[in-house]
Amino acid sequence: MTENPPSPGATIGAAGSAHVGASTLSGGPSLISGASVRRGDRVFRGLSVAASASVLAIMAAIAAFLVSEAIPALAKNDANFLTETKWFPDPSTPGGPVIFGIASLAIDTLVSSLVAMAVAVPVAIGIALFTAYYAPRRLARPLAYLVDLLAAVPSIVYGLWGFFFFKNHLGGLVLWLDRWFGWTGLFHYRPSALPGNQSLFTAGLVLAIMILPIISAISREVFVQVPRQNIEAALALGATRWEMVRISVLPFGRAGVTSASILGLGRALGETLAVALILTQVYDINLHITENGGITFASNIALKIGEAENTGTGALIASGLVLFVITLAVNSVAQLLIRRSNVEA
Amino acid sequence: MAKSIDVSDLNIYYGSFLAVEGVSMFIEPKSVTAFIGPSGCGKSTVLRTLNRMHEVIPGARVQGKVLLDGEDIYGSAVDPVNVRRTIGMVFQRPNPFPTMSIYDNVVAGLRLAGRQPRAKLDAIVEKALRGANLWNEVKDRLKKPGASLSGGQQQRLCIARAIAVEPQVLLMDEPCSALDPISTLAIEDLIQDLKGKYTIVIVTHNMQQAARVSDRTGFFNLSAVGKPGRLVEMDDTQRIFSNPTDKRTEDYITGRFG
Ligand SMILES: Nc1ncnc2c1ncn2[C@@H]1O[C@H](COP(=O)(O)OP(=O)(O)OP(=O)(O)O)[C@@H](O)[C@H]1O
Ligand SMILES: [Mg+2]
Repeated sequence: MTENPPSPGATIGAAGSAHVGASTLSGGPSLISGASVRRGDRVFRGLSVAASASVLAIMAAIAAFLVSEAIPALAKNDANFLTETKWFPDPSTPGGPVIFGIASLAIDTLVSSLVAMAVAVPVAIGIALFTAYYAPRRLARPLAYLVDLLAAVPSIVYGLWGFFFFKNHLGGLVLWLDRWFGWTGLFHYRPSALPGNQSLFTAGLVLAIMILPIISAISREVFVQVPRQNIEAALALGATRWEMVRISVLPFGRAGVTSASILGLGRALGETLAVALILTQVYDINLHITENGGITFASNIALKIGEAENTGTGALIASGLVLFVITLAVNSVAQLLIRRSNVEA
Repeated sequence: MAKSIDVSDLNIYYGSFLAVEGVSMFIEPKSVTAFIGPSGCGKSTVLRTLNRMHEVIPGARVQGKVLLDGEDIYGSAVDPVNVRRTIGMVFQRPNPFPTMSIYDNVVAGLRLAGRQPRAKLDAIVEKALRGANLWNEVKDRLKKPGASLSGGQQQRLCIARAIAVEPQVLLMDEPCSALDPISTLAIEDLIQDLKGKYTIVIVTHNMQQAARVSDRTGFFNLSAVGKPGRLVEMDDTQRIFSNPTDKRTEDYITGRFG
C-alpha cells in the first residue's frame, strides 16, 4: 500500500484535533523506570491539556460574543434573515422598518467563489503537473519557485491590479461569453450595451488568480511524492507521459488536490478587499454573472462596518456567522471526500 | 511471436558515471536467460536498457545497439512507448496500481492501447490470471483493490498485467526476492510455462533458481567499486554451473567470491 501524502487537509482540521495530545499520553508505567521520565510525561501532559483547553476557551468566548451581538439584531429584523436580499439594518427614521437578509450575500459569495474555482482548479492542476512532470528541470525549478512566490503576495495587491488593470481588459472575453453562452442562463447578451466589467465574473477571475498559486503549490508538492515504482509501473506498460500521469499520478494526488482546492475555496469565500474594490454593490439576485453588481459577505462587512449603528453592527456579525458556518460546512465536506478517497486507495 | 535480442557494445551511463561497459550478447527467442552477479554490478541496469526504461531516470543514457529481431530499439525513429508495449517488465517489488481493482490492473496495459469490448477484456483477464497462476485465488474478487492481495499474489498480478498485452519479451528483475518459497516455486513454474511463448530474461541472486529456470546464464562482475560492471561470460546454464570458462565465474558460483 502507498502511504498517503502528508495531506494538507490535515491542517484544516488542526484546531479540532488539538485535544489528541492529552489522551494519547496517558499510558501505563514505563519500563524504563525512572521518576524523571514520568515527571516529563506529566509536565507535557499538563502543558498540552492547558494549551488545548485555552484554545477551546478562546474559541468559545469568541463564539459567545458574536452570538450575543447577533441575536438582538436578528430579533429586531422585520424581514426574513435568510431570504431577504436588501441590507437596511439601521432605520433612517426612528421606529422605521429594520430590513436585512443574506440571500444576495450568500448567492453572490458562492457564485464568485465557484467562478474562481472553475477557473483556478484546472489551471492550477495543469501548472502543478507541468512543473512536476513535463517541464525540463532547468525550467521546472524556477517556475515552481515563482508559483510559491505568487502564493505569498497579499490579496490587496491582486485586488488593486484587478481593479485598475485586469477588469479593463476583459471586455472581449465577456462579450464572447455573453454572445455564445447566453443559453446557459449565466450570461446575457444585449447588443447595445457595453459588457460589464465590475461583475461577479470579474471578481471570480481575480479571485481565481489569487487562489491559483496556493492550489498549484500544494498540488505540486503532492504530485512529486508519487512513488517511483508507481510511475515506472505505468511507463513499463507502455504508457505515454500523459497516460502515466492519468493512471499513476492523479489517483495518488486526488486527496491532496482536493484539500488544496478547498483551502483555495476558503480563501475565495472570505476574500474581502479585492472583491469590495471590484464589485459595484447591488443587493439583488442576478444570475447573469457578467452583469455589473453583486455583493459578498466579506465585502459587505468591509463596506458597511463604518456606517453601521447598533442593529447594523449586529446584523453584520450575524452575516459573518453565516459565512463561518458555510466555510465550516465546506471544510467538513472536503474532509469527508478526502477520507473516502483515502479508504478507496 | 517471441523475438530475439541482440546487444552489441553497450555502454550505460548515469549522468557522467559509466555504470556498465561493453556488453554484447545474443538472446534466443523462446528461451530463458538469467543474469547473475554480485550486487551493484549492473544487472538491473542492463535489463532496463532492454526496454528503454533506463532512460526514464534523469541524466541516464545509453550508447550501443540493442536489436529486437534485427530492429534497433534505440533507432532515432523508434518511440520508446512502443518498445515498452512490446517488451514487458516485472519489477523486484510488486507494484500494482494501488487505486485500481485486480481486474483493472490486469487490463491497464490493454486500455492504454485503446478501448476494448468488455467481453474481450473479460476473456483476457481470465487468460492472463490463469497464465500467472492466480486465477483460482482471485476469481471471486476481481473488483477488490490489487493492493489487498498478499505480496506473492501482487507479484503474480504484476506478471498477469505484463503478459495480458502479449509482449514479445518479458524482463523480470529479481521477481521472487520478496516472496516466500511457495510463491517463488509458483513463479518458477510459471516461467517454465511462459517460455513456450515469450523470450524471458530474469535477474536473480538465487543460483539454484538460475540453474532451475534458465537455458542460458550471463555472469556480470565489476573489478572494483566505482568501476563499470561488465558481462564476464554468457553460456548455456548447465555449462556455467558445471564448467565455466572464466575463473571469476567459477569463484562466484562456488561462493569463493571476493
Ligand atoms: N538511479 C541511479 N542513479 C545513479 N546510479 C545508479 C542508479 N541506479 C544504479 N546506479 C549505479 O549503477 C550501478 C549498477 O547498479 P544496478 O542497480 O544495475 O546493480 P545490480 O547488479 O542490479 O545490483 P543488485 O543486485 O543489488 O540489484 C551501481 O554502481 C549503482 O550504484
Ligand atoms: Mg538490481
